[in-house]
Amino acid sequence: MIEVDKLTKYFGERAAIRDLSFSIARGEVIGFLGLNGAGKTTTLRILGCLLLPSSGTVRVDGLEVTQNPYEIRRNIGFLPDMPPLYPEMTVGAYLAFAARLRKVPRQNVAAAVAYAEEKTALREVHGEVIGELSHGFRQRVGVAQAIVHKPALLILDEPSAGLDPAQIVEMRNMLRGLRGAHTVLISSHFLTEISQTCDRLLVIQAGELVGQGSEDELAMAMGRGSSLIEVEVKGQPNDLAAGLAAIPGVAKTRVVSTSESATTWELTANRDVRAQVARTVVTAGHDLLRLEQNERRLESIFMNLTQASPGGPQ
Amino acid sequence: MTATWLIARRELAGFLRSMSGYVIAASALFVQGILFNALALGPDQNRLSTEVLSQFFWVYSGTMIVVSVLLSMRLLAEERQTGTIVLLASSPVREYEIVLGKFFSSLIFLILITLPSVFMPLLVLVNGKLSLGHVATGYLGLFLLGSACLAIGTLGSALARTQLLAVIISGGMIAGMILLFPLGSLTERPLNDIMLAMGLWHRHFPPFQSGLINLRDVVYYVAVTYFALFIAIRALEARRWR
Repeated sequence: MIEVDKLTKYFGERAAIRDLSFSIARGEVIGFLGLNGAGKTTTLRILGCLLLPSSGTVRVDGLEVTQNPYEIRRNIGFLPDMPPLYPEMTVGAYLAFAARLRKVPRQNVAAAVAYAEEKTALREVHGEVIGELSHGFRQRVGVAQAIVHKPALLILDEPSAGLDPAQIVEMRNMLRGLRGAHTVLISSHFLTEISQTCDRLLVIQAGELVGQGSEDELAMAMGRGSSLIEVEVKGQPNDLAAGLAAIPGVAKTRVVSTSESATTWELTANRDVRAQVARTVVTAGHDLLRLEQNERRLESIFMNLTQASPGGPQ
Repeated sequence: MTATWLIARRELAGFLRSMSGYVIAASALFVQGILFNALALGPDQNRLSTEVLSQFFWVYSGTMIVVSVLLSMRLLAEERQTGTIVLLASSPVREYEIVLGKFFSSLIFLILITLPSVFMPLLVLVNGKLSLGHVATGYLGLFLLGSACLAIGTLGSALARTQLLAVIISGGMIAGMILLFPLGSLTERPLNDIMLAMGLWHRHFPPFQSGLINLRDVVYYVAVTYFALFIAIRALEARRWR
């Protein structure tokens, strides 16, 4: 659905993105991951035909963004990092306005507004003035305006920015609800959110693509095992280190902390070896206190990718 | 063209719902009323109705210029300031539709707030005779001058990042165009002819003020409106590069 080839955008002398190439299939949910200033927003704005590229080609459904921006925009829903809301309008009037702008026929506008309000749980505030809504509701109105015309491609720039944890969960559920109906591009630096919502991640750093694929593929590309495991054992069992290192699949062991009462190791393994680890500890006659797979795996992949020099593993 | 109308309607509703629209309307009528009282109705009561009327339109042309700049400053600069421009820019709407929609909304609002002033020239009827044609011509002149100033204001608003900057840019452009005439009379041939003809007020407005419609003046104001809007559309298109 989207073909990006050698996309480059200069702002004056500075290249915001350089030689970016990737493609996205219809129906995919893509996470666009990068630190602030990495070039995420610039890329999304070009895909949304808000900005013209300096060089390279971007095709959406076979149409070039520089040649047919008008046709492409008919099929795009765009939520910028700051939702484009008119504070003096009511939610219903605003969504109807957005629908009409996106060429929804007059007789279908009410149905389109109802659809967007249902998907984003905004029914109850249909008649309320946007300026008086809370931040979470406003963010949802922002998503609603992007889906009101049922676009084939939905581009959401940091949809969870500024939301509280409860609202982030709501937003995540809402984004899941959009799966299937649209091809979705979400940018974020919320790693956990993006890994749970997206099929595939594109990691961008300093304007270049430094990695793409699913979470596991990224981990593989990083040359790391697919899991980091922490083991906490009672006391200071010095004889255990060799036993843990000998478990098939364990690449590296490292003592994270040690004290009178307990010792913690971090194991890097290329597969899930928790069962073997537990058995090894117990058969060696020690007390296993804690065994967990590192939840922050994606974060470490992300940090590794973005710290590596551009042009690193793809 | 539907998008133009859609944008114009939303913008007009914004004018009517916002405080600033009413404040501008009330101030304009207040200032105009005071000036009409002080100058046109003035101490010298032995004047012809046409003189009074002419002075009314003379004063009103100044009010019109200020009001136009104030009305147009928000048109595009505010959308850029608050980020709502993205809603329009990401929709299948062409730049000319955005600019025309904004311009027409301000023009309609300007007409709406000018209509209540009609009672002032009609007051002249109490003590004298009045040519309704003269009144209509004066208002036509105000309408054309207002439309040219709004178009220049729309251009200023398209260029500026903030509303304050928009006022400064459009105010500067309008002042510059008005000053072309006085400056032209100090300049040598052949430049002076061009400058005198290009002046925004001195040559083209006074005929309307005294009840004369010259095709030359009508064409001038329509042309200024057209070119200012044309450049505003180009300016908005160029934004896609940055």
